[in-house]
Amino acid sequence: MEFKVPTMAEMMAAGEEPEILFWVGCAGSYDERAQKITRNICKILHHVGLKYAVLGTEESCTGDPAKRAGNEFLFQMQAMANIEVLNAYNIKKIVTGCPHCFNTIKNEYPGLGGTYEVIHHTQLIQDLINDGKLKAEGGESFKGKKITYHDPCYLGRANGVYEAPRKALEVLDADLVEMKRCKANGLCCGAGGAQMFKEPEKGKKDVNIERIEEALATKPQFIAAGCPFCMTMLNDGVKLKDKEQEVKVLDIAEITARANGL
Amino acid sequence: MVSQIIFVILALAGTALFAYNARKVIRNIKLGRPVNRTDKPQERLMTMLKVAFGQTKMAVRPIPFFLHLVVYLGFVIINLEVLEIVIDGAFGTHRVFAGLGGFYNFLIGSFELLAAGVWLACAIFLIRRNIVKIKRFSGVEMKSWPKSDANYILITEILLMTAFLTMNAADAKLQALGATHYIAAGAFPVSGLLVGLLPNNLDSLIFIERFCWWFHIVGIFAFLNYLPYSKHFHIMLAFPNTYFSNLKPKGQFTNMDSVTNEVKAMLDPSFVPAETAPGKFGAKDVQDLNRINLLNAYTCTECGRCTSVCPANITGKLLSPRKIMMDTRDRLEEVGRNIDKHGLEHQDGKSLLDDYITREEIWACTSCNACVEACPVNIDPLEIIMDLRRFAVMEESVAPASINAMLGNVENNGAPWKYSPADRFNWSEGN
Repeated sequence: MEFKVPTMAEMMAAGEEPEILFWVGCAGSYDERAQKITRNICKILHHVGLKYAVLGTEESCTGDPAKRAGNEFLFQMQAMANIEVLNAYNIKKIVTGCPHCFNTIKNEYPGLGGTYEVIHHTQLIQDLINDGKLKAEGGESFKGKKITYHDPCYLGRANGVYEAPRKALEVLDADLVEMKRCKANGLCCGAGGAQMFKEPEKGKKDVNIERIEEALATKPQFIAAGCPFCMTMLNDGVKLKDKEQEVKVLDIAEITARANGL
Repeated sequence: MVSQIIFVILALAGTALFAYNARKVIRNIKLGRPVNRTDKPQERLMTMLKVAFGQTKMAVRPIPFFLHLVVYLGFVIINLEVLEIVIDGAFGTHRVFAGLGGFYNFLIGSFELLAAGVWLACAIFLIRRNIVKIKRFSGVEMKSWPKSDANYILITEILLMTAFLTMNAADAKLQALGATHYIAAGAFPVSGLLVGLLPNNLDSLIFIERFCWWFHIVGIFAFLNYLPYSKHFHIMLAFPNTYFSNLKPKGQFTNMDSVTNEVKAMLDPSFVPAETAPGKFGAKDVQDLNRINLLNAYTCTECGRCTSVCPANITGKLLSPRKIMMDTRDRLEEVGRNIDKHGLEHQDGKSLLDDYITREEIWACTSCNACVEACPVNIDPLEIIMDLRRFAVMEESVAPASINAMLGNVENNGAPWKYSPADRFNWSEGN
């Protein structure tokens, strides 16, 4: 990276407070593919000059996979530990790189003592576009490129965020095509509910194959995602269908960063 | 006079029997854990008016939406006529509201058009189920009773509408022939077309008119008492079900207070929980579910919209959200029958988990909320699935090995994978 990503500990030591905390999430921290998305979100934050910070090694799993797998104990242990850190830093606003972290912190932390304004990174991008701070210039042109957007369940159906990611794509002047099952009727990538961490039950096919077939049917050049787990599932699907050359799966943050030459 | 007495006895018996069975259903629902869903009454009322009364979630699929709308309107509006039937039956009058004049004619005419619409819609529904064989009406859970149940309902409605229209046709002809007692009232846009098919003999006409009248009203009382045994119960329960439905974001799962107490006590030994009601974590049987889950089960009309959008089901897994609801109702009914026979404390050694719903089903769920979104009456199969998982994981520590590994990683490394927390910020060094 061409710049240093500031941590909360450093900010605190310097007696400063960020405008927004960037909650990276486990996938964004450890998964190689998702790390790229994380760095692109930082590039966007840096580019627009927003005062932000990350928790770095002080961040821990939100507890989402434990909760969806039925282990409420582990979830609440994680949640309370995280809330303690967030409250100690007096965090007010959080942007997440993952819809699962977004949903958990936004909806399930308040009941345990952690109330923050929480947005997903596609919402931040939408806000920045609306405020005129972010455009689509100076970088790769997506004009007329065929893009289809896959709604992550925990962003879309779970929290009703359908427009923000589409807004981020609209400014590209690209050719947006919707899959048959989109928005409230969007089909899951197959990773939610802790499925990411286990083998699927026996059946006729894997969920991500069903989804990628639908995505490929729109003949896209890019499949846009907003979730690191969807990213893994969609990428695997594209690979299995041997379409890696024709179709790229990119996160909204990556597309935005590319369009702005970041 | 005799027929009036028979009618009144029948009406009272029909209503009393329904009340008796409805109380049993309420008792069964109350076997579940209490849950507070009385907040935001205004928003709840609006949800009910929109979703149940206004049928907004049906509109996603235009063809069944339109057909169902006809049957729904027919049911609601034609039942105004039942009021007249009840008064006529009890007091021996005939078309007691005829005094309304032109408005009465308008009403009867509208009922007839609707009745014809209901007749047609039900016929199309039968064709969709049995001849076109629309996919969502099939599935492992749609064999035997559920399959017959749907057909019985449709056939009954067709018979009731046939009786209603034939009764009017006979009435119209009797009016035209100037039969005593049959005052000239009503407009008969549909049954007027049937008049030619009827005999000219007064006695036969009166017999047909009376037979259809009795068939129609007895049919309605019988149908009323069929509801508690049938998927058709949704015509009543859709209203409370939507009123008490979840108003929070779909992604927000409940935080278990019992767990919060324990976790707080663990983190801070000086913490004293407000109340100690340990109980079971999660659900093994229907009594462990909450009352809304159980109301959901009775409300489900087995339309299969949930299953048809379930990613697990679409890709051939065992999980079917509709089956989750049907199993919950079947098990709850079984528990209810046990209570009737052996008393409240009886244990039959069976449970919802394993005897009805298998582990394979609950672990196939992606928690994507597609089923919840698809339900036209706001049923939430996901909450039941999650409560069953909670029991499996927290009470039994039984989960797929890879899930246990993931949980171990979260506990030890603060991430679902086996990475060191010290490496968590390494991403910032890449490009």
